[in-house]
Amino acid sequence: MAKQYETVIGLEVHVELATKTKIFCGCSTAFGGAPNTHTCPVCTGMPGTLPVLNKQVLEYAVAVGLATNCEITRYCKFDRKNYFYPDNPQNYQISQLYLPICRNGHVDIETKDGVKAIGIHEIHMEEDAGKLIHDEWEDVSLVDFNRSGVPLIEIVSEPDMRSAEEVIAYLEKLRMTIQYLGVSDCKLNEGSMRADVNLSVREVGATEFGIRTEMKNLNSFRSIAHAIENERERQIDLLEAGQKVIQETRRWDENKEYSYAMRSKEDAQDYRYFPDPDLVPVQITDEFLEEIRAKQPEFRPEKMQRYKEEYDIPDYDIDIITGSKHMADLFEATVAICNQPKKVSNWLMGETLRLLKEKDMDPEDIRFSPDHLAGLINLTEQKVINSTVAKEVFEEIFETDIDPEQYVEEKGLKTVNDEGALRKTVEEVIAANPQSVEDYRNGKEKAIGFLVGQTMKAMKGKADPASVNKLLKELL
Amino acid sequence: MDILSYTAVELAKAIKEGKTTAVEAMQAVLDRIEEKEQTINAYVTVDREKALKKAAAVQQKIEAGELAGPLAGVPVAIKDNMCTEGMLTTCSSKILNNFIPTFSAEAVLNLEKAGAVLIGKTNMDEFAMGSTTETSAYGVTRNPRNTEHVPGGSSGGSAAAVAAEECFFALGSDTGGSIRQPASFCGVVGMKPTYGTVSRYGLIAYGSSLDQIGPLTKDVTDCATVLEILASHDSKDSTSVERQDTDFTSALKRDVKGMRIGIPRDYFGEGLDPEVKDAVLSAAKVLKEQGAIVEEFDLSLVEYAIPTYYTIAAAEASSNLERFDGIKYGYRTQEFAGLHNMYKKTRSEGFGAEVKRRIMLGSFVLSSGYYDAYYLKALRVKALIKKAFNDAFAKYDVILGPVAPTTAPRLGKSLSDPIKMYLGDIYTISVNLAGLPGISIPCGTDSKGLPIGLQLIGDCFCEKKLIQTAYTFEQSRKGE
Repeated sequence: MAKQYETVIGLEVHVELATKTKIFCGCSTAFGGAPNTHTCPVCTGMPGTLPVLNKQVLEYAVAVGLATNCEITRYCKFDRKNYFYPDNPQNYQISQLYLPICRNGHVDIETKDGVKAIGIHEIHMEEDAGKLIHDEWEDVSLVDFNRSGVPLIEIVSEPDMRSAEEVIAYLEKLRMTIQYLGVSDCKLNEGSMRADVNLSVREVGATEFGIRTEMKNLNSFRSIAHAIENERERQIDLLEAGQKVIQETRRWDENKEYSYAMRSKEDAQDYRYFPDPDLVPVQITDEFLEEIRAKQPEFRPEKMQRYKEEYDIPDYDIDIITGSKHMADLFEATVAICNQPKKVSNWLMGETLRLLKEKDMDPEDIRFSPDHLAGLINLTEQKVINSTVAKEVFEEIFETDIDPEQYVEEKGLKTVNDEGALRKTVEEVIAANPQSVEDYRNGKEKAIGFLVGQTMKAMKGKADPASVNKLLKELL
Repeated sequence: MDILSYTAVELAKAIKEGKTTAVEAMQAVLDRIEEKEQTINAYVTVDREKALKKAAAVQQKIEAGELAGPLAGVPVAIKDNMCTEGMLTTCSSKILNNFIPTFSAEAVLNLEKAGAVLIGKTNMDEFAMGSTTETSAYGVTRNPRNTEHVPGGSSGGSAAAVAAEECFFALGSDTGGSIRQPASFCGVVGMKPTYGTVSRYGLIAYGSSLDQIGPLTKDVTDCATVLEILASHDSKDSTSVERQDTDFTSALKRDVKGMRIGIPRDYFGEGLDPEVKDAVLSAAKVLKEQGAIVEEFDLSLVEYAIPTYYTIAAAEASSNLERFDGIKYGYRTQEFAGLHNMYKKTRSEGFGAEVKRRIMLGSFVLSSGYYDAYYLKALRVKALIKKAFNDAFAKYDVILGPVAPTTAPRLGKSLSDPIKMYLGDIYTISVNLAGLPGISIPCGTDSKGLPIGLQLIGDCFCEKKLIQTAYTFEQSRKGE
């Protein structure tokens, strides 16, 4: 009988913190500036410069620690991780090894098998490196230090996951928690969240762990799932063939759905970690901790529960809306203005999701204001505009966050409520479409739809279709 | 009176009174440099034009009443490991042979704000690693008191420039004695303040947890005056301390009555030159005559200071010097095959032997499997040394001893035996390990006419007691 294997997975997740400035200097963390424009002597490692900790980084790291049930290290230190690489201007990275800020936490994940706690070994703070740009044409490499010194936290899990499904659920849970804290946008594809997968296999029932590999370059949930399946099979094949798994770092190639070895444990570098003498130890006071604790937001599970109780909207909508902190905030803010939860939900679930999909955008990228969505809902409620016009106006709101009232006014999109003008148009449509009139009179109910459409077209969409319908029936 | 024989404070006063000008003073210094540098080689860089231009600008401000401080118009020399905006800063290393900083060290800015005028950058042991200024890539500096001898180090250029009147005062840095020992060898005053008193921002680090910037001056009054201007809280340096008691000149009082002075017996044992011993003990006698309570005591742990220091300083240095890789600035090897070969060749060619020795030593003590046995153990011993000093300062205001076991050695006699050279730091390095202030003041000469220094050590933040004791000693010796 074939052996049964169990997969054992632990994750190292890097999250870029959404601070305005870098971890050890005052430079901007904004994405996409021209190379080396968000830099100063400190983050380019000039001789004589010194790091000074950005307190916001500490606040964010502690907030994530509290939200993931960690013990907060009340006396923590930064350590230098020494290695030579041109994207690392000092040739050491300031990180935490000996006394990381958070330890011994857990998060609960939910899969089809029920709820399970995934242990968090530690969370530490560190600085990001710069970026190398290889110019193949000139055969040179250039370095951009804009990312150098951008704050990161690394969340190291215990080897508690057993399947790709659990890994995805854990990552979703982390992402949701961190987004709710407002600490990071956690985008895998943009690199603001990065996961390395440590994986080993062992026979079911074994008590010892197998030899693990570390998989890097996983840029989407899909590639994480693929890489896990692939690596599990690769390791089982090795074992079944009587070979050994080698402890090594591997790189995933999503296009080829294949990973290759980057470096083995034997040539692993000695990072010569030691406490950074340029930074003083961080002492976390009770007051500081309480301040952060008091600022913890309502997280997704509580929010979902509250929505169920407060708003008459379907569970499906609740799931989608609370799936993005930004969308949930937008929902609540809009409802607070117009007091129409069902209508707000409809706009988010319908047009908003459609446009996001069409434009390949993330809910976090929604830029329109609750005022304008509420204004649009009011305009439709008061029948100032009809639903077709409303969709058109909404696209404008979505695109450029226009003020709907002003826009409707300027573009002359208000529904024509002038009975005389409407009657005249309907009469003209009846006169121009004798065949449809005939059909309707012969009992073809559908024919009236065509006549409504023609009337709307003649009115350039500015009529209320219900009124048109009513008037048509009256005149026929 | 010859303008060059003024102290810094006297010169500023003379300028203020219109007896001379900042430009005249600078010109006199530049002439002196012209005359002396051929033999002394105290400077790596002198920017004559800029110095004179700056002196003229400062003179205008003084005349306009915008600058009235005690150092306004005074020419100053800066050790070449402090960044100076727009001026070559080499750390006396080939690897920084073309490095021009875009900013100035906080200590330099503080001096410039006070109206001191930068002459140039002084020679040093490469990256402040050495005790003789012989490890510089830009030639040795000679001791102005006897040019066959070294000036000490690593701030040898600064000490020599003060002693040779090639400046009115200078800045040095002290990681294990690098201000106090050359001050002692050249017969000038040098002080290492309490760790955290002077900002390290812009000081190119050797041993970050030990480095402090301090003054090298002609007398104790200048020392207190310069330190008062250097000391400042700097938000750019996390280890900078916010102090309220930096009015150091208020301690320039000739009074040691009741001052409790402890002499550690451990500092007067084997290896100490008898002539140095006699001079230091007679200095203690002078202070006793002035009313101080002087007694001997056992400090303990002195023999552990050197291995502890060389473990910690080398560990920090091995990491601090990683940034010199030929990529961003400084020297890069001419020909190389690939990135790692470039790193290796650049650093092999760019660093001198002593720097390489300490990088290797530091890399070893931090390496996996040795970290606990060396680096962590050294940190524990450091804490014990600090405790031994705490115990001593429970009984004494000031600890008195020699600065170095001998007077300045002859040129070329030290580098061949690094262990012996390291042992020469025995009386100075524990001060850095414990973060304490220490001052070196001249207390005589040996039979060859070489200066001998007296070291006074205080508890953290007790510079004033040191200044008061040193000032009293200096005044008592006047006219001797």
